[in-house]
Amino acid sequence: MTKLRVSVWRGDAEGGYQEFEVPRHASQTVLDVVTYIQRNLDATLAYRFACRVGMCGSCAMTVNGTPRWTCRTHVDKVAKGGRVEIGPLANMPVVRDLVADMREFFDKWARARGQFKPTATRDEPFAAVKPETPERREADAGIECIGCGVCYAACDVVKWNGDYLGPAALNRAWTLVNDVRDGGQHARLAAVAGDAGCHSCHTMMSCTEHCPTKLSPTRSIAGLKRATLGVDAQETR
Amino acid sequence: MSASAQARLWVVQRATAAVLALCVVVHLATIIYAVRGGLSAAEILGRTRGSIAWGTFYAVFVIAAAAHGSIGIRTIAIEWLRFGKPAAQRLMVTVALALALFGLRAVYAVVAA
Repeated sequence: MTKLRVSVWRGDAEGGYQEFEVPRHASQTVLDVVTYIQRNLDATLAYRFACRVGMCGSCAMTVNGTPRWTCRTHVDKVAKGGRVEIGPLANMPVVRDLVADMREFFDKWARARGQFKPTATRDEPFAAVKPETPERREADAGIECIGCGVCYAACDVVKWNGDYLGPAALNRAWTLVNDVRDGGQHARLAAVAGDAGCHSCHTMMSCTEHCPTKLSPTRSIAGLKRATLGVDAQETR
Repeated sequence: MSASAQARLWVVQRATAAVLALCVVVHLATIIYAVRGGLSAAEILGRTRGSIAWGTFYAVFVIAAAAHGSIGIRTIAIEWLRFGKPAAQRLMVTVALALALFGLRAVYAVVAA
């Protein structure tokens, strides 16, 4: 049976890569490899996963230097010369081994005013939002984000500027900007303006390139840049 | 600097980029025309001296370049050189003033009769 040589990050920020040998199988995913190591070679290996089918967004890791969902990445696609290097997501503190601390990532969703602000009560009728309206289409284009953090790990601006809200939080804000039922637009547009927000995006499109759901946070951020024109951010800071 | 001021910097940089795109094309075409036509320095100065049109064009070019470049320098200083925001802002203003000063001085030199 052929073997795959796997380098796996161990420890926190101070750690290093540990080598393992894992049997190769047909249609094996990188998550299968990590699971094999944890169950058969070293039970202390820490990693995170849940659904195994690309729905939950919890198994994202850095595979050969690229942020990916490990459950949807076949070893065949990424193994170079029978080797794979697996590390935690970049641009986040490492909790242990392959587990990245996503608190800051999700706190930034809140800072970008990613919460829906209702304008109606439960006593009022359902809002009718027609699918073909431009706002609904814009929201639809970004709404399928599952918060895996791949775009955030791929973003150079996040690496350079710790305050930068990042592609996922800004994409979320853009879907809400296009939600005609939402009443929090002014505060949201103010929150996503400036150096910490959409205006720091250099349109390098790493987020769009790496998004496993094929969304374009770059497009959403460009929309925010247009939408924030003329909004006075002072009022809400 | 407030977030809205940062957003305005972005707008200014975008707008000056559009101005520069046009200015650079005209500038390059003029250089190629002047060189291929074999114009001497004296002949070029003969055309630019006292020309309000060339003076205005290059003054706009210089101011757009000073604004555009200095805003970019601020971002590079923050993201790559780890400058604090106030220091980066001082650098931006210094670079903007220096580019505008030297550029306008050059415009004056070729346009003033």
